[in-house]
Amino acid sequence: MNVDVWLFKTFMAKRKLVEIAHARSGDKGDTSNVGIIARRPEYYPILVREVTAERVKEHFKGVCLGEVERFELPNLGALNFLLHEALDGGGTLALKADPQGKTYSSALLRMEIEMENGA
Amino acid sequence: MIRIANGQGFWGDSLEAPVEQVRRGPIDYLTLDYLAEITMSILQKQRSRDPRAGYARDFVEMIGRVLPDLVERGVRVVANAGGVNPAACRDAVLEIARKQGIEIKVATVAGDDILPRLDDFLARGVELKNMETGEPLSAIRERVQSANVYFGAFPVAEALDRGAQIVITGRVTDTGLALAPMIHEFDWQRDDWDRLAAGTIAGHTVECGAQCTGGNCQVDWETIPNMADIGYPIIEAEPDGTFCITKHAGTGGRVTVASVKEQLLYEMGDPREYITPDCVADFTSIHLERCGPDRVRFSGIRGREATPFYKVSVSYAAGYKAIGGLVYAWPDAYKKARAADRILRERLERIGLKFDAMRTEFVGANACQGIPSAEPSAEVAPELAEVMMRMGVRSNDRAAVERFTKELAPLALNGPPVVTGFGSGRPKVEEIVAYWPALIPKSEVVPEVKLAVNERQ
Repeated sequence: MNVDVWLFKTFMAKRKLVEIAHARSGDKGDTSNVGIIARRPEYYPILVREVTAERVKEHFKGVCLGEVERFELPNLGALNFLLHEALDGGGTLALKADPQGKTYSSALLRMEIEMENGA
Repeated sequence: MIRIANGQGFWGDSLEAPVEQVRRGPIDYLTLDYLAEITMSILQKQRSRDPRAGYARDFVEMIGRVLPDLVERGVRVVANAGGVNPAACRDAVLEIARKQGIEIKVATVAGDDILPRLDDFLARGVELKNMETGEPLSAIRERVQSANVYFGAFPVAEALDRGAQIVITGRVTDTGLALAPMIHEFDWQRDDWDRLAAGTIAGHTVECGAQCTGGNCQVDWETIPNMADIGYPIIEAEPDGTFCITKHAGTGGRVTVASVKEQLLYEMGDPREYITPDCVADFTSIHLERCGPDRVRFSGIRGREATPFYKVSVSYAAGYKAIGGLVYAWPDAYKKARAADRILRERLERIGLKFDAMRTEFVGANACQGIPSAEPSAEVAPELAEVMMRMGVRSNDRAAVERFTKELAPLALNGPPVVTGFGSGRPKVEEIVAYWPALIPKSEVVPEVKLAVNERQ
């Protein structure tokens, strides 16, 4: 094990995103938007580092069939994600129990991230 | 400073909220949003059956309750309650005022209904392409049920300039309803991009009613006080474009930087490009600070020039759907629900039914979020107390959807055991009205502002 990996394993811990962020989601057609907000300013860089568009796409595997776009709002300590093709056609066409993706906000907060111990 | 209250986040929101906003404390304006995309097609159908219908009747009833208060307190009302028939809505309001012996000026903002002009547009090469798919409107022209342009704040501000106490509009943006009083009061110009953006963001913050005052808020939701008496939002707007979001003293709920941030992100696309008919607002320029109990101040907002287009909302018939379910109980509720799904699908296949879409979800075991990490674990799954097998189908063939609704209930007797939830009978076949977003050059449509005054009896 090299030193970098050792340091990382010792000082980093797996945490659920819900511990450091809150969120709200909504819809525009077949696209769901999920906004996540750092609970403290010092958590925002962790969101930027950990919650990448690629990881969000993987997290919503089987649900989001299109691309994931990410936008940064450093002034609000927030990230906004657009999940394309995530609502079964969207609006009235969808047969889903949650056709507006209202529960995708906390779905994203289930994500496990790496953060510094004690942060 | 002026106080602009929101008393309705959507048609179906609290009937008491607008009344409370008027009576529980000082406000100058009451704004109310009644229109969703789907609402327009429902109203268009109502109007086709009755030329005096096609607007939000809840609004007229509400005005009947609060009209004396509005007049006594000098509160002005801006509502997109006119739907596809603002003139009929105005007449209904004037009739109520006449009965109550109150003289009042009511304005309408119309011209947004372009349904009668669609063929003319298409003939002239205004394609009204779907913003998401790029398809031309001609693909669904025969099935169109309503078509409305989203106007912005300026025609509403004009109605206020002309002295209306109540402004009833057709399809005006939610944000425009709140921005209009600022334009009117502070004499903001059409190229005051920063201030128009500030007013737009104020409008966005309050457009979903209590969703910025503690409703649906994830931060410390259990400690949010007195949710039963939740206060709806109020904008305290300044001429320089800064504003505070607050609520009436003594009401429940909570206004914090966190509750406001959640609403700012709601239905957000690119935060630098929040496009309305009035401007392009930049959400990355917002500076927020707490400035007292239940009070958050906004400053620093920047905006850019508006685009040369209006957004158009077209609704069209898009086939039929039906959704139904059965509830399975412990033990192995999830396994039974999955078995029921397989059996039902096989039966539908045996009778030769085909659908454009078919979807099964298991309510109680990851129906809503649907992501792999929300799936119940191998230990938890067999112990779930109950799971609903919820199946939906969609087709252009109404008969196929109708037949599906008859195949569900038999499973109660001829499928997996310990099942309930069929008591409400067969699911209903619903006609699907889908939504087609498009753009139109602003030069093609002109808002019509009209003022009417009733005579005192």
